Amino acid sequence: MRKITIDPITRLEGHGKIEIFLNDKGEVENTYFQVPELRGFEKFSEGRPAEELPQITQRICGVCPEAHHMASTKALDDLFHTDPPSPAKKLRELFYSAFYVTDHTTHFYILGGPDFVMGPDAPVAERNILGVIGKVGLELGGAVIKIRMQNHHIIHMLGGRAVHPVFGLPGGISKGLNEEEIKEVQQIAKDSVEFGKLSLKVFDDIVLKNKDYVDMIVSDAYTHRTYYMGLVDEKNRVNFYDGKVRVVDPEGKEFAKYAPKEYLDHVAEHVEPWSYVKFPFLKKVGWKGFVDGKDSGVFRVAPLARLNAADGMATPLAQEAYEKMYSTLGGKPVHHTLAMHWARLIELLYAAERLEELSQDPEITSTNIRTIPTAVPDEGVGIVEAPRGTLTHHYVTDERGVIKKANLIVATVNNAAAVNMSINKAARELIKPGKEITEGLLNRIEMAWRPYDLCLACATHNLPGHPLLPMEVYDSKGKLIKRYS
Amino acid sequence: MAKLKVALYWAASCGGCEIAQLQIGDKLLKLVEAADIVFWPVAIDVKYKDVEAMPDKSIDACLFNGAIRNSEQEHMAKMLREKAKIMIAYGSCAYEGCIPGLANLFNRQMIFDRAYIETESTDNKEKIFPQTSYKVPEGELVLPEFYDTVKSLRQTVDVDYVIPGCPPEEKTTWLALEALIEGKLPPKGTVITHNSRAVCDDCPRKRDVKKIKKVYRNYEIIPDPEICLLEQGLLCQGISTRGGCGAPCPQANMPCTGCYGPVAGVIDQGAHFLSALASVIDSNDPEEIKRIIADIPDPAGSFYRYSLPDSLLRGARIK
Repeated sequence: MRKITIDPITRLEGHGKIEIFLNDKGEVENTYFQVPELRGFEKFSEGRPAEELPQITQRICGVCPEAHHMASTKALDDLFHTDPPSPAKKLRELFYSAFYVTDHTTHFYILGGPDFVMGPDAPVAERNILGVIGKVGLELGGAVIKIRMQNHHIIHMLGGRAVHPVFGLPGGISKGLNEEEIKEVQQIAKDSVEFGKLSLKVFDDIVLKNKDYVDMIVSDAYTHRTYYMGLVDEKNRVNFYDGKVRVVDPEGKEFAKYAPKEYLDHVAEHVEPWSYVKFPFLKKVGWKGFVDGKDSGVFRVAPLARLNAADGMATPLAQEAYEKMYSTLGGKPVHHTLAMHWARLIELLYAAERLEELSQDPEITSTNIRTIPTAVPDEGVGIVEAPRGTLTHHYVTDERGVIKKANLIVATVNNAAAVNMSINKAARELIKPGKEITEGLLNRIEMAWRPYDLCLACATHNLPGHPLLPMEVYDSKGKLIKRYS
Repeated sequence: MAKLKVALYWAASCGGCEIAQLQIGDKLLKLVEAADIVFWPVAIDVKYKDVEAMPDKSIDACLFNGAIRNSEQEHMAKMLREKAKIMIAYGSCAYEGCIPGLANLFNRQMIFDRAYIETESTDNKEKIFPQTSYKVPEGELVLPEFYDTVKSLRQTVDVDYVIPGCPPEEKTTWLALEALIEGKLPPKGTVITHNSRAVCDDCPRKRDVKKIKKVYRNYEIIPDPEICLLEQGLLCQGISTRGGCGAPCPQANMPCTGCYGPVAGVIDQGAHFLSALASVIDSNDPEEIKRIIADIPDPAGSFYRYSLPDSLLRGARIK
């Protein structure tokens, strides 16, 4: 038995590791994606005042603290039985839309995009953001940096801090936007819409016009027929901030639709002894192991899952792009993992359009941004769509609002089983006896997990000019036989 | 001048410190001009064993973020200490243990029980826990050992400098990096910030006489935007927290929660705030004082939010 170890994989929040076992014939026997880390937030949230949890739980992830901050704040609305004034809800969603623009931009241009823009077999030293800028031009490279900075500026203006914002409170937010600030936001929103359109065009030119790429996207190595989950509004359109969770089956039919409070009827988590991460599954289908299909409770979250689980997008340009994706890839649902990159760009455009809508809203500069809670707190659930998937915070408190129990189902974790399966399938399809294991081939295995954007702490961690993922191949005695760098 | 060799590493952390390092924006180019990054697992292809092979003290400075939660993190901290001339605790986790350090109010078994058995969505009738070594049909899979308590980097190895904050603000990061690049680092042991006095020094809110009759939770009142939050009864810890951050939280109408650590000369931030609080309570009646204090639901978790492992308290005694 030979073992290929990928350790550490990068752009994971914390640390991740992949083990690929090859048998004596050189065929893939099995693969494991391990998460070697735990911090125990669910335990040490106990005893904390509930209103502190938006700031405590966001320390789960410093790359998407906005998502935890928001899920937690919404759980507090529910816990304290309070309804924020309409301007507060709109400002929260505006903040959240700006966050999506930065986050999806980072993933496409720095993380996932280089595989396509440069090609999966491009020299490692070019398969990164610098290579991307070289190919698409400095102008677009500059636009990427500018859009990220501008939208971070919105996060800072509203949230109080650039990393780990502080503005979320049960019943509202601590700070609004004045006339001067909203003018800035309006301009940034306009630029973001243009940038979103441009990004879809880049994808069209570089990926969709290349037959090899399209063939790769729809190939079996990167395909899994699973259930999909995502938050939808009252018209079943994608929504990141609020709504009900909708689940569709592998045929695309609605399987479940539930309010946040009902999540325990629908989702459960399986434990394996070889990873600190748990494996969520659909309770009504059951855990059947790391397999896809209608009889397996494995489901997927994140951009493609959200689009599959919805009937459309709530803004015009994103809706157009949504229709184009499904008509190109043969209708709904799309099971091709690599199409997640496309779906992410459609969501980027949606977030920018939504940001623009909200920035033009007549009550967006209102100072009516807080409702003081008066009811006795007891239990609350808050769900948002984090960029990496459905994020659930569930708290139970005593009558003083002190946490007795906290349960968190974190976005990326929902995909844990699917990531294992994707790596496994790509490895089996791509590694064949007698075929040399090249760096490009191993990168094509990496491409099976990269669309999930596992990287929480990630994208921006890559220094230009360096490989994305170091790998070593060992023989069955643990001797290093080849290093890819 | 030869380029500096700098290593960057993360342990039990959230990734916010990496984002904070990137927030310095175009100054990042100045850093890359002056220094070679010789180790940064999240970004460059240098493996643990490559670092092991480096001669002792061959790295000029290591910026280490994250607390020490498991065996791999402890091993890396000790190894990097050997290899680096200067060890810098970057961010609150490495400095004091930070929010992951709140886990010291519990122990490993309690954390495992909650995470893998009790959580409402967990389905684990067989009571399976992650194992440090586990035999699968194809071979062995290993995981690092999860320790009973969290330690800060300072409690694990000798640390030369601290850059505080959760995460450090952009200007604090650059203050330290610029000093490193220009060879103008202050005396060993310095906590590097623009202001070693309290956050109140950075805060534009008006201060008058601090006398309070009641403490409020942050959701109970809408504070006046101009006046000191502590004077309005909110438990703003700026008075006990080192400044240099620019007081962004009070300016967003939210109390300081203490992420820059204690002011200079103070060892225990929580004890310092409790004594400061006692002096602002407007009463001489012990019963009334008791009542006012009783409105604070979680003194340990609130006043040691970022500093529990490194405080005199260390954590809770678990029986």
